[in-house]
Amino acid sequence: MSSERSERVAAPPVPATARPAGAGYGLRRYLRQVTAEQRVYWRNGASAFFTFFLPILFLVFLGLFGRDRIVDGRPYADFFVPGMLGMAVVMTTFAGLAITLVIRRERGMLKRVRGTPLPPIVYLGALVTSTMIVLALETIVVLFLGDLAFGVPLPSHWYEVIALVALGAACFAGLGIAVTRFVPNAEGSSAVVNAIYLPVLFLSGAFFPVHGLPEFLQWFADALPLTHLLDAMRAVFIHGGIGRDELQGLLVVVLWGVGGAVVALRTFRWEPFGG
Amino acid sequence: MDPAIDVQGLRKSYGSFEAVRGISFEVARGEVFAILGPNGAGKTTTVEVLEGYRDADGGTIRVLGMDPATGGSAYRARIGIVLQASGVYPYMSVREAAELFAGWYPNPRPVAEVLEAVDLGEQASTRVRLLSGGQRRRLDVALALVGNPELLFLDEPTTGFDPGARRGAWEMIAGLAETGTTILLTTHYMDEAQALAHRVAVMRAGEIVALGPPATLGAGGRPQIRFELPGDADPHELAALAGGVIVATGDRLVLEVDEPTEPVHRLTGWALERGVTLERLEVVRPSLEDVYLALTAEDA
Repeated sequence: MSSERSERVAAPPVPATARPAGAGYGLRRYLRQVTAEQRVYWRNGASAFFTFFLPILFLVFLGLFGRDRIVDGRPYADFFVPGMLGMAVVMTTFAGLAITLVIRRERGMLKRVRGTPLPPIVYLGALVTSTMIVLALETIVVLFLGDLAFGVPLPSHWYEVIALVALGAACFAGLGIAVTRFVPNAEGSSAVVNAIYLPVLFLSGAFFPVHGLPEFLQWFADALPLTHLLDAMRAVFIHGGIGRDELQGLLVVVLWGVGGAVVALRTFRWEPFGG
Repeated sequence: MDPAIDVQGLRKSYGSFEAVRGISFEVARGEVFAILGPNGAGKTTTVEVLEGYRDADGGTIRVLGMDPATGGSAYRARIGIVLQASGVYPYMSVREAAELFAGWYPNPRPVAEVLEAVDLGEQASTRVRLLSGGQRRRLDVALALVGNPELLFLDEPTTGFDPGARRGAWEMIAGLAETGTTILLTTHYMDEAQALAHRVAVMRAGEIVALGPPATLGAGGRPQIRFELPGDADPHELAALAGGVIVATGDRLVLEVDEPTEPVHRLTGWALERGVTLERLEVVRPSLEDVYLALTAEDA
């Protein structure tokens, strides 16, 4: 061993012993992570437009196009305002999370994070929290626009709307994370995710009623979680609250959510598929 | 003091493909150790086991006294990783990204100092997506350093660099080594290993085929006498005369010998007796590059 080597050994780097501890540290780290996610979300204009502004834009278009129209014996606005809340849930949580995670995975960002001391649950938890903040803002905008521009007042049981948005968000966040396993590259991520949720939005009746569907499509629509989430949402807006039928329908939402969470937990990958 | 890295009999297979076939090596604290080899030799698999990304199929692995497979956050707080390709939040500035990473470690280095060390001080406010390829690579290094690691992994740190950028990266890595950081780097550039590493392990097909300081690896090659075979001379007769081993024949005979003085005298004596010349006669000692190519050449 050379004298040069001995010198190197004599001056080792400072070992990592000064470890900040305590619940305060964990909470601060989590909040800092949420802040970082919020920052990158709003700075990426294309993605913010897609997940935040698009449902609002649809709301405005449907409002202008459907002015004075009657659907199921009621103003069309009573139908599409809850529908656009459902679209907001699907776009932010399902589409937004899935595309973001696939891109980060394929760019190697997730693998890089796995090589740091940051616990994976904090990283993913902060991303999901940030997504929920976006959805909360979007919900407020949709509800206000619905009231002020399209004459759909906030229901008396508004807390049921909040609860339904939260339930839908939990279900579709799980499904959004689960679907990343089946999207092998970043280039195709938008296409694959669009191909999934666009038919779902139509079949579940986010834009217009679907009781005119052929029987097999009707059966398919009844198996989708968004159908039942929207039924419950409209019950709150139109009938002032959720009844027994809607509660049974929400079981379908819960089942999809649990299924999505199980698949997500079992199959989530931190490393790119492509090389 | 314990070695920084102690690997004994590391094995790793993907399906039926044996990526790493029972390799052993140690890296001392403060040492710069290079794993040199062609693509597919098992370098990255080896490093990813040490980084904790993959579980080994066999062998004992201790890094900084811990088992990377079970060390968890406590282990990852003590190492820095530069992957072959690693993305960073494109919509953050360089400083924001470095501060975010710094916040993940128990005792980080000052962000400004680290950015200065990788020569990104002037780009601190630039969005990551606007950086050049070389600048991003330097940011990767900054993010690996900001946690104040005891051990730094660099997986092919200069692949795809132009010569100027490589030279700059070498200076930066040499600077890190001087501060006492242990560095394990992989490369398929022989000159990179030679310029940076105290010791080199040459890998081929999942095995270490040579290990030692770069100078001794190069000296392992024996001198060669090369000349054009005159007329109808018998190469075997000349090899026996020179006491050497035939490396190549054809138009040009290449003989490997222990020490060239006497063999050259015998060969030139033989030529003078017959009144012929040994065209393009030369005595060469193989470069480290020749040794590397010979070590890593696929068996035909």
